[in-house]
Order: sequence, then C-alpha cells, then structure tokens
Amino acid sequence: MKLTRRDTMAIGGAAALTTILPSLSSAATPVNELVMGVTGGADAASTGISLTAPEIAENGNTVPISIDAPGAVAITVMAAGNPRPGVATFNFGAGSASQSATTRIRLAGTQDVVAVAEMADGSFASAHQTVKVTIGGCGG
Amino acid sequence: MRRFCASIIGRKLMKFKKLITVVVGALAIPFAAIAGEDSQLTVEGQLMVTSVAAPAHMENVDEIFSGWVFRKDETQALQMDDFDNPAFIFIDKAIDTFSKVEGTAGKACVSCHESPEVFKGLRASMPRVNSSGELETIPELVNGCRTERMGAEKWKWSGGSMAGIVGLIGLQSRGMPVNVNIDGAASSTWDKGKELYYTRVGQLNMSCANCHEDNYGNMIRADHLSMGQINGFPTYRLKNAKLNTIHGRFKGCMKNIRATPYKEGSDEFKALELYVASRSNGLTIETPSVRN
Amino acid sequence: MAAVAAKKGRKVMAKGVKARVKVPKTADVGEIVTLKTLISHKMESGLRKDSDGNKIPQSIINRFTCAFNGNTVIDVKMAAAISTNPYFAFDAVVPEAGEFHFTWYDDDGSIYEEKKSVKIA
Repeated sequence: MKLTRRDTMAIGGAAALTTILPSLSSAATPVNELVMGVTGGADAASTGISLTAPEIAENGNTVPISIDAPGAVAITVMAAGNPRPGVATFNFGAGSASQSATTRIRLAGTQDVVAVAEMADGSFASAHQTVKVTIGGCGG
Repeated sequence: MRRFCASIIGRKLMKFKKLITVVVGALAIPFAAIAGEDSQLTVEGQLMVTSVAAPAHMENVDEIFSGWVFRKDETQALQMDDFDNPAFIFIDKAIDTFSKVEGTAGKACVSCHESPEVFKGLRASMPRVNSSGELETIPELVNGCRTERMGAEKWKWSGGSMAGIVGLIGLQSRGMPVNVNIDGAASSTWDKGKELYYTRVGQLNMSCANCHEDNYGNMIRADHLSMGQINGFPTYRLKNAKLNTIHGRFKGCMKNIRATPYKEGSDEFKALELYVASRSNGLTIETPSVRN
Repeated sequence: MAAVAAKKGRKVMAKGVKARVKVPKTADVGEIVTLKTLISHKMESGLRKDSDGNKIPQSIINRFTCAFNGNTVIDVKMAAAISTNPYFAFDAVVPEAGEFHFTWYDDDGSIYEEKKSVKIA
C-alpha cells in the first residue's frame, strides 16, 4: 500500500510518543526528603499505614486515593513530582471512628504519592506508591 | 467481559485496517489489561444496559457498548453511586435553578412544570422532530421556554446553567432505553447526520467513524477509545471537572482533529446528534455519567 | 427509584459554591458511620495562566472540618493539589443524638457550612 507523506510522519510521530508521561525526575522531590520533612528527621516505619491509589490514573486531574493508619493523630499526603508537593494533612479528632480518609487529587505527571502518619505515641509510619499519569487521546 | 473481548478481537481480525488508522492501532494495548473487571453497571440498585445488539441501521458493527465500559475501574466506580458521582453537585445546583424566578414574566420552571419528574422519558427519545417538522433538542426546548414564556434571556448552549438543567432533565430518563426515531419526518435529517459521521474533515482528515467505529477498544495514546455514544450526556469529565454537553463534546472532538467545528446548536450538530443518538438505541440513558 | 435528587434544604453558597454531604439520618449509639462530602469549587491552583499570559491567582478551599456536637471528627488542611470539587469520605462515631457540622474555609475568606442532624435509632 502506498505510504503518503502524512502517513509516514504520523507513524513516526506516534512511534516517538511515549504513552506514559515520564516522571519529572529532575523536578521531583526525593521521597525520603518529603518524609523527613514531616518527621523532622526521625525514622518512619514502613508498616502501619496503607495508601491506596490507582496504578495508572485515568486522568491526572482527578485521581482517587485513600489513606488508613490505625492509631494515627495525623496523616500528611504529598505528591513528589507536583510543582508543590503538599497535598493535604488529615488531622483526626476524638469523634473519628478510624484514622482513614478518601479524597481525589491532582497529579501533574507520573510520580510517587507519599503518605506519612504521625502516631499518638509520637512515632511515624510512611508509605508511597508510584502512580502513572498518562497523556490522553487526541486533545489530551 | 470475555464476550466483549472476543467480539472485539474477532471483529478486528476480520476487518482490514486502513493505513491511516495504523497510527492509532500501532499503540494498541490488549483490551483485557485495561478494562474494569465488573462488566455490570448498577446505579442506585438499577442495572443499566451497557452492551446490546447494534440497531439494524448500523452496518459495520454487531454490538454497541456504553462509554462506561471503556473506563478504568476507579472511574467506573464513581458512576455507581449517586454521592460519589461528582456530577450530582451540578444536578443539585440545577434543582435550585428549577425553582429560581427569572425574566419579565416572574416565573420559574416550577411555575409551569410541577417538578423535574414531569420530564421522565423525554431525554430517551430526543432529539426529535416536532409538529412543525423541525428537529428539536432539549437545549432548544429550554431556551424556548425561557425566551417565550419566562421573558428571560437565552442560556448559552453549553454553559453551566444549561448543562445543569439538561442534566437534571436527562436524569429523569435514567435507566430507560434510548429510543430515538429515525424514520418518517426524521429520516432526511438522520441521513445528513450519518453523512457527517462518515465524512473526513480537518487537518488530520478524520471522520467520527475512524476512531469510534474503526478503532473503538484500541488505545489512542493512553486513552481508551470508546464508541462515542452519547447516552450518558451531559457527562462529568474528569479532565475538566464539570458537566459536558453533547454539542460541547462534538466541538471538542472536531478541534482535536484540527477541523473548524460547527457551531453548537447548528443544523449540522443537531443532525449529528440525531444520528449519534440512534447509534445507541437499546443502551440505557446514564445521564449524568462520569467519563475521562 | 428516586429519579430526582431530593433537595434537603441546602443553601446556595456565595459564588455559586454548593456543598453536598451524605450523613445517615439515624444511627445506633456508638455506631460507626461513613460520611461523604463534596463541594463545588474550582480550586484555582495559582499555576494556570490566562490568555494574556498572566498568572491566575490561587483561590482554593484551604481547610475542611467536621465536628459532631462540638467534638472534632476531622480537620483537613488542603493544598491546591486537591481536585476541583473537593471530595472527602471518612468515618465518624455517633455516641449520641446530635448534629454534624461541616465547614469549608475559602482563601477569599468565605466560610461555607452544612449541618446535618442524626437521631438515635
């Protein structure tokens, strides 16, 4: 079949495209640094907090996430590759039945979402997960 | 879900792909890896029909699928609960608007229409030809009321107020099968809509069919191409976090292929709306749906 | 099936901001309930530019709180990375009959509120 110039350019362009937005690694804050920022330098246990986020986000504008850390006083959520890493800090009061919450966040590109829980006894726990953020169809 | 995969793969193997569609096909990712495992959409306890035999007028497709089917698990889940569905914040606003007095006649929608529930069934058969022989759409009915009976100003076709009210009216038909008439007085407009659907336009020289008939189920970059059904419109798109209207989406799609879009409310878009709606005859109205 | 989302006395907020909260009408003493909240708000991040190239200033809801009979359930400090139309779901205990009080604080100084009573079953 005859290849038109448009076809060749289109195929070449498509091949060059990555379907997944690469992580903004030069701009991303290291996960460790973000965790230390919350703990003030103290170590954070890797158990005791769970972070639920999609492996691939349908759209970076609205990404559903959940965090759960039984016994936590507060949970801080950060996005390592966003222009500003801070996402939210959840403070749990006496009226809460669990130290968990679900929300929807914006992610600028593929990156690590980080959650750090401050426990009632002053110790910390952290979890993180890479969320792939994709380029959409024709118009993004 | 397996049945769905088999039908897609079978259809693809049999069909010869035009070269221009290789651009999209080259990035094809196995459908099963992306699709949600629950193939059933229930909303507030009601089961929606998200796949059904294609209407007789569709020659190239055996089965039609709602856009819901093509979205990731998390997005699908958002539509299954009326609280988690972010569209409802705009429905709530529309309920307020329904009772808001506007215009020189000192009336609100509720002055003549007892409650939004009186519109049950309307959305399922729109657009339709009226007694004057013209094809009418819901926004035109709304603006007709506003200008002629309320003495109020027209709303923009895809502005927040109109999208909300059209969503509220559409919600009253949720769960009912799409049943758009394409015969009789509607048939010449329907033919025009069909021609528009299959005509290539724009710098990328693509027609609606190139993506939504030839390549549904494939990936366009990392987006999962749907059949372009409108049974869930107005829809809450994650991309812009608001209700999107049918003509608004048509306009966006045309811009995406670098064509000069027809105007919202134009004869072209109205004819296209009729044709595209008829491609979903048999699916249930899902308004307000949640999409990418 | 209720085809119309019932209007439960929600106020229309400033700037067309509208809140929705899901709270059970009744609960047993000590029951754990899941509360869901949604509010329509653009959450203008402060990173976007207008068509002239000027930065659109940040304008977000920066804090959300929920209290029951005056006791804090949750207090969320929010940044611009929370999506447009902020959504939160969380669990609360219902120790007695009373009222959930939800508050959203806007950068512009506006405060949006919703109250929902819970009876003991």
